[in-house]
This record gives sequence, structure tokens and C-alpha cells, in this order.
Amino acid sequence: MKPKGKSKTKSYKPILPGTKDWPVVLLSKNRKEFIERVVEESLNRIKEANPGTQELREELETTLHREKLRIKQNPWRVDPPDEYKFWNEVKNDLLDLAGLSESRKKEEEILRRIISRYAHEIAGNFKKSRYKLTREIVKFGFARLLNATRVKRFGAFFRNQYTLRDKIQITGKIKQLRKLAKQGTVVMVPTHFSNLDSVLIGWIIHVLGLPAFIYGAGLNLFNIKIFAYFMNSLGAYKVDRRKKNFIYIETLKVYSNLALQEGTHSLFFPGGTRSRSGEIESHLKLGLLSTAMEAQRSIFMNHPNNDGKKIFVVPVTINYNFVLEAPALIHEHLEKLGGEKYYVENDEYSSSYKMLKFLFKFFTKGSDISVSIGRGMDLLGNYVDNSGRSIDKQGRFIDTRDYFTSNGQVTVDKQREDEYTRRLGQIVVKEFHRINRVFSSHLVAYVAFEMLRRQYPKLDLYDFLRLPEEDLFIKYEDFKDCFGKVRRQIFKLKKNKLVNTAPHLKGNIDDVIKLGVENVGMYHSKRPLLYNKAGDIVTKDLNILYYYHNRMNGYDLDNQF
Amino acid sequence: MTSTTNSKKPIGVIGAGSFGSAIANILAEKNEVLLYARDSATVKKIAEEKENRGHKLHTNITATGDLSYLASSCDIIFPIVPSSAFRSMMQQLSPYLHPYHILIHGTKGLDISIPEGESLDSITSLNRENIKTMSEVIMDESVVLRVGCLAGPNLAKEMAAQQPAATVVASHYREVIKEGERLLRNDRFQVYGNNDLIGIELAGVLKNIIAIASGALSGLGLGENAKGLLISRGMVEMIHLGKIMGGDVHAFLGVAGIGDLVATCNSTLSRNYTVGYRLAKGETLQDIIETMEEVAEGVNTVRIAKKLVEAEKTRAPITEALYEVLFENLTVDKALQMLMRYPYNVDIDFI
Repeated sequence: MKPKGKSKTKSYKPILPGTKDWPVVLLSKNRKEFIERVVEESLNRIKEANPGTQELREELETTLHREKLRIKQNPWRVDPPDEYKFWNEVKNDLLDLAGLSESRKKEEEILRRIISRYAHEIAGNFKKSRYKLTREIVKFGFARLLNATRVKRFGAFFRNQYTLRDKIQITGKIKQLRKLAKQGTVVMVPTHFSNLDSVLIGWIIHVLGLPAFIYGAGLNLFNIKIFAYFMNSLGAYKVDRRKKNFIYIETLKVYSNLALQEGTHSLFFPGGTRSRSGEIESHLKLGLLSTAMEAQRSIFMNHPNNDGKKIFVVPVTINYNFVLEAPALIHEHLEKLGGEKYYVENDEYSSSYKMLKFLFKFFTKGSDISVSIGRGMDLLGNYVDNSGRSIDKQGRFIDTRDYFTSNGQVTVDKQREDEYTRRLGQIVVKEFHRINRVFSSHLVAYVAFEMLRRQYPKLDLYDFLRLPEEDLFIKYEDFKDCFGKVRRQIFKLKKNKLVNTAPHLKGNIDDVIKLGVENVGMYHSKRPLLYNKAGDIVTKDLNILYYYHNRMNGYDLDNQF
Repeated sequence: MTSTTNSKKPIGVIGAGSFGSAIANILAEKNEVLLYARDSATVKKIAEEKENRGHKLHTNITATGDLSYLASSCDIIFPIVPSSAFRSMMQQLSPYLHPYHILIHGTKGLDISIPEGESLDSITSLNRENIKTMSEVIMDESVVLRVGCLAGPNLAKEMAAQQPAATVVASHYREVIKEGERLLRNDRFQVYGNNDLIGIELAGVLKNIIAIASGALSGLGLGENAKGLLISRGMVEMIHLGKIMGGDVHAFLGVAGIGDLVATCNSTLSRNYTVGYRLAKGETLQDIIETMEEVAEGVNTVRIAKKLVEAEKTRAPITEALYEVLFENLTVDKALQMLMRYPYNVDIDFI
């Protein structure tokens, strides 16, 4: 169905005319030198963090131990072939040092080798020629997908011709984002529900005329050739979530920090991985956000005349009517919640073929996607105006530098910055909820699940989810009543600027419900919501219904029942 | 990182009440202090006589009636004004504050923000969003994030008499705790750090309820057994209320919790204790308030806590009984009988 409401068809000129001035291009030009800086800086930090005689050795041994475990227990196709050999050498070198008392220098040399290996792995490989090509492929490919389906199988389904811009509605503070990207460095922080997000955001960045951003993409995505191609071309750097050792994490942070200091626009998924519960992220991973904090402080320190660039945080929410990975994600979530301590991250897309099939489905079925761009803020969560000036709640301008100042000087205080980062995380979460656009599909899922859940108050969640679906149905009139109530509450929240809604949420209630039921999780083999013959509401999969329901958590809607 | 080269700037204190003056005196042992008083007669009196409320003020203290001057001269400010005036004070101060400022408040009270047209009596339910601690008021009204609070057994009269005492400086920022320690610590004044800002603030606030009750027990002429009972049950009640409002149990077990509670419950010097004592002697709340020189924060705290307890559908017997004594003409005697018959006899249920 055609997305209702005004879809902006405005096209945006690139804010930088050529690609040669793009920060990411400049960065990749000096790639070797940049990696060298990352290595030196990481080395210094890790040395500083481990000043004692035994500490560094222990750090290296722990890292070695964990890496060997990882290689054994969780190898990936994308891992380099010499992985085992490299760590074996580290092991032998460490063995040689056993019993030696004056070994610090040698330990540092081993450390440098490890960091250097990590840094090379992390570093992106942005090639502007390839970027342009990829961009064209994305545009062309998506358009063909759309056209092909229109002509062939799904011809009747679509009454209008679709372009990508019809399917994907971009709303919010677009103009401001473009302005901020010219004046300073933008850190975009989107919600994360699907593996498609990174490709989608890459495309959005292009459509909005912004230079390519760098972003940390999970190394597992590089397993899939088609993804690897896009990622390598779009300025992605690699984040390996299996590597949880201090040395790796420090190197990763330094990479991000220095890139930001160089003025490279950057994208983090602050939730870390995709939201498994379907909920909007409520706890953010602060590691990468903290690198932005550090980078900003360093910029203030290195530019005492205040001519350094400011870093802006721009929250973004992405809304789909369906998430292909939903069954697997919610399964993992429930498993984890249910007390299983470990879960193995599984790849739903083990091949390019599956991925293509997914994309095909995605663009051929009539679900719209919306991307809401939030208002820019400084690293302390103060909104900024279009010139990038921070404004406090009373409308006064404030100097962000002052947050890092003690006794008139910018100072390094890690604990303070950690606290600031924690606070920023909370503000971003609030902003996610505020700019999130409620779709009818999420709202019907929410209402249906809550109503069903209340039919069985004595069961715990797990027992409830195990109920046979044939027992579960809701009289349409009851559903409509409840839906109306919750929708009114949503509009109230919207009035108070606590949430946003898609235009289709307005209008005749029966139509809105119908649109929601038809769209929620529409590609799943077992649909989360359907009408039965009597016109009442039934579900074929409670887990999936729970997943889509969760999207509306955090708005205190449960007191509406 | 704190440097030692900053001592040039004076330290600001806002509020020349007895506690504000006592803190100003301690700060003045190491630094120049700017002491703000709202009332110009007080400013003049301090300037001329170096004395306030019958207590000598250190020669390093300069009085001022100008908030903008104070904010521009000082990086570190100690606001110590009654909770009922705290928000409006912050609104006046806020335009002059910058994110580099550090504010460490010493106010043991709560602020309530309720919709216009409503009052504490008319509003049907009060939840946590309506109730703010002073650090939350500071962050509501200004850009300052580096906020801390002082709490502990700090009876102003004893401090003024230079008797040994201790305080807790609580803040999420180690930097703030360090500054607090550096500025306040001396041979007679010990400073502890704590990072549970909200918990410590609540401990300081809620103990005032129990202090009133303690005064009432003494007013009835009851002995130490009764006081022991009150302090321990009061502690449990504080912890329950504190947890509802987002504090951690630990904050209540330290200097700012049990330490402060014991001090105030035993002290005829405490304003809250005095309120309870005089109530038990048969005076009305109205009379007591009118004849007191400074505000007893506990009276307001009882009203707020009572509403919160109702909204949370939980019980807090001491607070509830006290509320009836203060505002509903229950006699202290009857309240005591009620408490002694209260059908709740689990000793400790919060750990």
C-alpha cells in the first residue's frame, strides 16, 4: 500500500561538491600514517594502564588465552588464515620471557605487534571510486528490484510506481543535519533492529547529500560477500564483538577517537547489537560514545583558541513494519531472559543468496520504512541551533568547552567523562523515544499482546508464550475500544512531544487497525496478527507478536488497559 | 584532576543561616569566602561586625548581596538555603552559571513541582517525578552538572563551637568529592566521600521526620528504650522511603544516614527535634512555626513523604502518625499508642 502522508521528494545537493574533500577520503589517503598513529596512541594508553612489572605480562597472557579460546570455539569465515600462527608465535614469545625479570621492553614489543594487527584489521579501506560505484549499484539495483516486481508477479499489488524515496520516508531535522555536517563533526546514533540498517543508513546519508560516514560494522557482516562489498566501500571499519580483551577494545576506541578528531563523520549503533527484544534501546553501550567524549575534550585541549571543530550527536530512529530477523532475535532474547547464560550470535544471513532474497522481499512487499532524524545535540545532550551553538533549557547559549574545564583550564578527568557519557546515553535514549514514529503495525501488536496477556494473569511470561495459538483471540469490538484508547494516549504523548507518529495513524480507526494488522510482520511465515472468519483478531505466533509489541515499551501505555 | 593553583578564587556560600554561616567559617580557614545573604541588613551587619546570628565570622569572609558577582568570582559554590526557597534562588542564580561551576549544596529538604492550580493538599497523588532533591533542582534550573551535597551529623551550633564533626560529600563526580574534601577538611572536621548522591540526599532529608518523632518522645518524658525503638524502626522506614525514591540502602547505613539520625534524634539543638518536643508539650504547629527563627525542614518532608507513601500504596507508620499529629490534630499520646499497636513486627526486611 502506498505510504500515506507527505513523502518528501526534495533532493539534496551534496554539501561538499567533490569527494576529494570528504573527511573519510582524506583519512583513507593517509591510511598508513593514520594506522601508525592509532598504534602509537593505543600503545601508550595500554602501557599507562599497566604500569607495574607484572601487569603488562598478565594483560598479554589474558589476551592470548582469550584469543586462543575464540579461535577454537567460535571461528568465522572472515578470520585471516594466519590467525592461529600469529597467536602461537605470541605464545612462544611469552614463554621465552618466563622467568626473565627485565622483560618490559620485550613485552611492549609483543604488545605493539598485537595492536598493529588489530589496528590493521579494524581500519576501513575507503576507496572513493568504489564508493561511487557502490552508490550507483545501490540506486540502480534497488530501482530494478522495484521495477521487476511491478512488471511481474506483484504487478497487481502496486497501483502506483514506486521509487525508493516513496518507500523510505525521511523526516525530522534534515536541514540542520546538513548544516551541522558542514560546521563540525557529526556522530549519528541510530536505533538498530535489522541487519539492513547499515545499508539503509548508508543510502540515507547519500540521499541527504552528506559525505560518507565511517561506521563500525560487525565483523560477522563481512562474512557475507555482498555486505562486505558495500561495507568496504562505504567507509566501514570492522568491529569484532568476539574480541572482548582490553587491548582490542582500547585499540578500537583509539581508532574511533582519532578519526573523530580528524573530523570524520561517524556512525555508531549505540545499542551495540540489534535490539533482540524488539524494544527501543534503553541501555546504550557507552564505549564508542565515550570515544566521542574524549575526542571532543582533546579537540578543546589542542585548540586553545577555540578554533577546533565541535562534535554533534544526532539520534536517528528507523521504523519498519517488519524485521526479517525477528523470530531469531526474539528467540535469543527469550533464551537469555529465561536464564540461559550464553548465547551464540548466529548469522541469519549466512549467504549472499539469502540476503538478496531478503532484500527482494523487502522492497517488493508494500511496507514503508521511516527514518527520523533527531535534533542535533552537543556531547552533554544540550540541543544545538543550526549554527552549532549549544543552548540550555532556558534558551541561553553555553560553551561546551566549559564542561571540560576545571580552574579555567581544560583538564583530563576520565571519571568525569565516564559520568558525562553515561548521562549522554540516557539523553539519547529519551530522544529515541521522542522521535520514534509510531506505526499502526506496532500499535496493533502492542494492544493485541497486552489484551491477550491480561486474559492469563496467573501465567508467567514463558508459560503464556507457550499457550496454543488456537486458544487466543480477541473480539474485534473489544480490540477496537482498547486500540482507540491507546491511540488517544499516543496522540496525547505526541502533543507533549514525547513521541512522534506516522501520518497513517490518524484517520478512521477500522482502517488504521486494518493497515496495522496487514503490515505487522508481514513476511513471516506465521503472521503475528490476522483476522479470523468472524472478523476477530487472532495470532499465529505469540513470540513474534511479543517482539513487535515490545517496540511500544517505555511509554507507560500499560495503564491504559 | 584538581590542581593546587586555584586557591586564588574565593569560594561562594549562598545563604547566611546558621548552617551556611558554619560552613562559611570552615571554608574560610583555607580560602577567601564570599557569603551571599538575601537580606541587605544581614549583608551590612556581617560587613560591619563580622558576626551573624550571634556567631563570629572568620575574617576571610566577605558578605555580598549580588548573585552575579558571586557566580563570576567563584568556581565553587555552596548553596545552603531552605528547600522552600531553593528553586527560586537557583532561578535567580542560573543566568550567571556556567558548566565549569561546581555546586555543593547543604540543604536537607525536598522540592515539589506540581501542576499549576494544584497544591500539596489538593493533588490526589504525588509521584517521584513531582519530587526533586536539591541536586535535581540544581540540574533542572541550570547548566551545572558537577553537583554534590553535604550531609551528616552537622549540628550548626556544635560546629560553630568548633566541636569535632564529620560530613559526607556526595557526588557522581570524584572531582567534586575531592574539591569538597580539600576545602572542608581540617583537624576537627572529617570529610567522607560517597558517590550515591541521591541516596545521601535522601538520608539527610528523611532523618528529619524521625527527628521530629524523637523530639516528641522526649516531650512525653519517655526514656531510652523508646528512643532505641524509634531510631531503629525509623531507620527501616527511611530505607523503605529512600528505596522508593531511588536511593541505595548503603547510603543510609553511613555517616549521613545512621550517623546523622542518631545525632539529630538526641539533640535538643536540632530544629526538627524541637518541633516534636514542643508538640508533645501541647503547643500547636502554628505556634511553633511562628516562633521559630529558622525553618524545620522535617515538617514539609512529612507532608511530601505521606503523599508519596499513599501514591505508592505502601505504609510508613511513623510518617503517617506524625502527619496526623502535625496536620490533623491527633495528640502525640494517641499517635504513640497507635504506633505501639501497629501490627507489623518484622525487624529487618531490606537487606
